[in-house]
Amino acid sequence: MGLSTATTLVYLFAAGLFIFGIRLLRSPQTARAGNLVAAFGMFVAFIVTFYEFPADALTLALIAIVVALGSAVGGVIAMRVPMTSMPQFVAAFNGVGGGAAALIAFSEFYELEQAGGDESIVILLFIFFSILIGGLSFAGSIVAFIKLEEIALGGSVTFPGQKVVNGGLFALVLVLIVVVLAGGPAPVALAAVVLALALALGVLLVIPIGGADMPIVISLLNAFTGLAAAASGMALGNTVLIIAGALVGASGTILTYLMSGALGRPLSKILFGAVAAAGTGPAAGDGEEKPVTSGGAEDVAATLAYEAESIIFIPGYGLAVAQAQGAMADLMRTLEAQGKDVKFAIHPVAGRMPGHMNVLLAEAEVPADKLFDLEDINDHFAETDAVVIVGANDVVNPTAREDGDSPIAGMPILNADHAKHVVIVKRSLSPGFAGIDNPLFYDQDKTMMLFSDAKQGLEGVTQSVKNQG
Amino acid sequence: MSTAAILSQLVVLVLAIALGFELISRVPALLHTPLMSATNAIHGIVVVGAVVIVLTAQDGLTQLLGLVAVFFGAVNVVGGFIVTNRMLEMFRGGSRRKRG
Repeated sequence: MGLSTATTLVYLFAAGLFIFGIRLLRSPQTARAGNLVAAFGMFVAFIVTFYEFPADALTLALIAIVVALGSAVGGVIAMRVPMTSMPQFVAAFNGVGGGAAALIAFSEFYELEQAGGDESIVILLFIFFSILIGGLSFAGSIVAFIKLEEIALGGSVTFPGQKVVNGGLFALVLVLIVVVLAGGPAPVALAAVVLALALALGVLLVIPIGGADMPIVISLLNAFTGLAAAASGMALGNTVLIIAGALVGASGTILTYLMSGALGRPLSKILFGAVAAAGTGPAAGDGEEKPVTSGGAEDVAATLAYEAESIIFIPGYGLAVAQAQGAMADLMRTLEAQGKDVKFAIHPVAGRMPGHMNVLLAEAEVPADKLFDLEDINDHFAETDAVVIVGANDVVNPTAREDGDSPIAGMPILNADHAKHVVIVKRSLSPGFAGIDNPLFYDQDKTMMLFSDAKQGLEGVTQSVKNQG
Repeated sequence: MSTAAILSQLVVLVLAIALGFELISRVPALLHTPLMSATNAIHGIVVVGAVVIVLTAQDGLTQLLGLVAVFFGAVNVVGGFIVTNRMLEMFRGGSRRKRG
């Protein structure tokens, strides 16, 4: 079905708005405008579709009701979700998009079969690509949501023979697709089986992945949904779907690549390595009590006030969970008022998405020029008096650098252990997502542990610094 | 669909992917989360595909599946853009404080 000239031009205009919008997202000053430009493009593309395909009043009314319902659900969730829970809701919105792409492809296949089923093999390939990738993204995103929202499936869920099961299911999907393409019997039923298998694969691929790798998985699933949308666009002959989906597919792929590079972990290791890695490496909290130096807020404040001129803060996911970004910003301002130099070191995967910490600290009104990436700050730790680590663990674990057998070997870490004094605000000695012990905790000469909730701990330190100043 | 139509669609697909790589490889890490969130909203374009399915459905089943897809797509688009806007408002707040 070819589109009319007018609709094609309007779709092209909408695609241009998406491209321009993403361009504006390159800089913090214009990013918000970029988002609005893209949203306007979406609106234009949506409206012109009704001009292209006239329908009866009942159908239009049904669509209006469903769109209103979906908008209400999406809108209310989006307005209420706290910034700390952003990663799982991005995952959820991504998942429903993937589900929609798979349903579109399946429906189009059903219609084509009803109409005689003599469609080009290229179109059928795109249809099955969309069913597979869209279904996988839907189920995988829901598992990611459940994990991040801490409803269930915490940590890395593995079972014996997991790789064989995953490989077998994937091979079965490919066989079924070939059977349909070769004109085998009951194509619609086979397509439904492919969709069901895609859902199962999505679940199986994401359950073994631990929290630390979650940003990469969400980014990958975002790319998947984009590609599925583009493939549905190919099946429908709809250019705006093709362009928008391809842009997102490309962006998600780049982001995924950047992130897995930042972790020093090839994507294949993240996706398929959990099963193999389980059970290796020194397990933490295995009963052995090692001594640590712990102190109260006053002790930490004394160290910062009297023994430090240059201080680096390292916020981690624990800061986000405790909603302590405001408390950290207050401590920064208090220390700056006493003439200290305070910087923030942001690990590429601090929090659970790239840039997540930047968003939280921006919310707390920390100036962006105080935030430094790993490459920019890592050489400065050696000349820094004190480091304050809040709710972070694996990203400052020196074993990543020193122990080639560690599960996080090769992951770039912040060299907090090079500073003169290290303060760690943490609720307990429990290990991070990687589930391994951190020798930095037990360096009694250098490290002081402040066992506390991140927010209360930081507020206590701020108060003590003020009293001592 | 004719071979010529499929080919021209393939051209559009490949060029759009190339453009996507170019556009995004230059975004600073600071904006990665909003970018992921914004592109997440943009793939909500599937709502248009879902509407096409419903509007052209010849069968009750596809109309129903299409409506489910419209619901999913609407959640994706509206939720995605609003969440991104909320995130980016915070950046604006931060920079305003810095200037003032």
